Amino acid sequence: MIDGFLALYIFMLAAFTGYEIIARVPVILHTPLMSGSNFVHGIVVIGAMVALGHAQTPLEQAIGFAGVLLGAGNAAGGYVVTERMLDMFKASKNKERG
Amino acid sequence: MGTLLPGLIKASYFLAALLFIVGLKRMSSPRTARTGILWAGVGMLVAVAATFMLPGLHNRALMLTAIVLGTSAAWWSGRRVAMTAMPQMVALYNGMGGGAAAAIGLAELIAAAAWSNGHPGQCAFAAASTAACLAPSATVLAYVGLFIGAVSFAGSLIAFAKLQGWMDRRFVFAGQRALNGVILLAALALGAWTLATGFAAGAQVPLLAIVVFAVLALLLGLLMTLPIGGADMPVVISLYNAFTGLAVAFEGYVLQNEAMIIAGMVVGAAGTLLTQLMARAMNRSLGNVLFGSFGAAGGAAQTIAGAQKPIEAADAAVMMAYAERVAIVPGYGMAVAQAQHKVWEFAQALIARGVKVRFAIHPVAGRMPGHMNVLLAEAGVPYDLIADMDDINPEFPTTDVVLVIGANDVVNPVARTDPSSPIYGMPILDVASAKNVIVIKRGKGTGFAGIENALFYADNARMLYGDGQAAVASLVAELKAVDG
Repeated sequence: MIDGFLALYIFMLAAFTGYEIIARVPVILHTPLMSGSNFVHGIVVIGAMVALGHAQTPLEQAIGFAGVLLGAGNAAGGYVVTERMLDMFKASKNKERG
Repeated sequence: MGTLLPGLIKASYFLAALLFIVGLKRMSSPRTARTGILWAGVGMLVAVAATFMLPGLHNRALMLTAIVLGTSAAWWSGRRVAMTAMPQMVALYNGMGGGAAAAIGLAELIAAAAWSNGHPGQCAFAAASTAACLAPSATVLAYVGLFIGAVSFAGSLIAFAKLQGWMDRRFVFAGQRALNGVILLAALALGAWTLATGFAAGAQVPLLAIVVFAVLALLLGLLMTLPIGGADMPVVISLYNAFTGLAVAFEGYVLQNEAMIIAGMVVGAAGTLLTQLMARAMNRSLGNVLFGSFGAAGGAAQTIAGAQKPIEAADAAVMMAYAERVAIVPGYGMAVAQAQHKVWEFAQALIARGVKVRFAIHPVAGRMPGHMNVLLAEAGVPYDLIADMDDINPEFPTTDVVLVIGANDVVNPVARTDPSSPIYGMPILDVASAKNVIVIKRGKGTGFAGIENALFYADNARMLYGDGQAAVASLVAELKAVDG
């Protein structure tokens, strides 16, 4: 059970972690990193799965289904776009062409 | 077996959270960035697989259908979109995440209220599945997460539509800000009322009230984003990215899911900082982006003396062929003209002649910080030839030729000299201090911000008129002719 102050501690430490990761990033990685963090909050899909798993009325099922659909889209789309961007970061020594 | 499976699932969530943090950390350096997304991706797979194993879940067929549909649609669209369209795709996927977080809040609150209404006096807002009462803090955070998620969902979709070019005008009307305020207050009041009714009085909570609350949040996200112009969209997308992270963290608390809490909070904090960095690079405050309107204020701009002096491609090619140092300043115009491949071909020809070539990138070149780097990388430009503004600015006085292609506002000296200019104070690439400047430009018009550029009238500047792609192609041809 995560409750009260324990949750506050987790919130605080996670926030500092996020802040520290970004703090010293070169500008050239801002867009890929924004896309990468966009992928990471795609974890919302597992919450939507739980919500759908608990759904009992058709209304709750519909909302849960929409949640899983959107969450899966966030995760998959975020991954593909980030991977495509990062694939382009190559140093001159290992470039394949010219 | 009874305790083994839940333990394994908890361990999987821990592993996922760890992989997300390590993955993001690796993504923050160019050398390790490509493997970073792989690490995070493995974390996601582990978390989803573990969640599917959770005991006591219903609707598994529906769940699988939604996952397959959502994944394949997003995968397909993400694969085939052009690199110039990346910013709006980030907005779209981010909006989906916000919508998912809002859906969790909505589903949990409705389920809890329905159970509570059916069991009067036991507790307000119980979690229907376990019949255990939802803590007051969890109920409040479910509302907050629903609100933030819905704002992010609606706002991101508008941002997507604007960047996609489906909606090219800003919607501004009198009293817009007051209306937003009223909607915000109405949502707060409604949320507080349902909470008070459920908790204090233990009375029935109408499910409709929760739905109306969500609709108000959607409306606010819509109205907040409509008046914001295209140039500010990157900052807004980054802000909504942080919003979605927070919403995910809050709904994670409601569901007692550690992976969601940690991943959401990390993104919330990282996204907030990233938003500030972006706003600072454009010399705008966040408040100004959200509530101001660009270029609305400002007095009469200084008039610029002199005339634009044209140059032919042949002369420009010779000038650069015999230069020692050349800096290339690309802007969004280059990307739109799809000229980045030609530009790299030209740069390679110069490098082959022994010219030292570097690409100078303004922090907000393109549509997002770092967007231009991605576009250049797509063309095959190695990242060690690319220089940041702070690195290259001291080098301009010793640079023989600066080739500006498709960039305008980021090289406008007016940002330093004219306090009445809307871009006054924005850090710029100081190309005017180079020995020669060649500007490739379609015509004599102004840039994105609609401001006259003093650089084009400078004594050491020459204009090469033409479409970006064609102009660079003729430079490549003329450079070949130099060698005969």
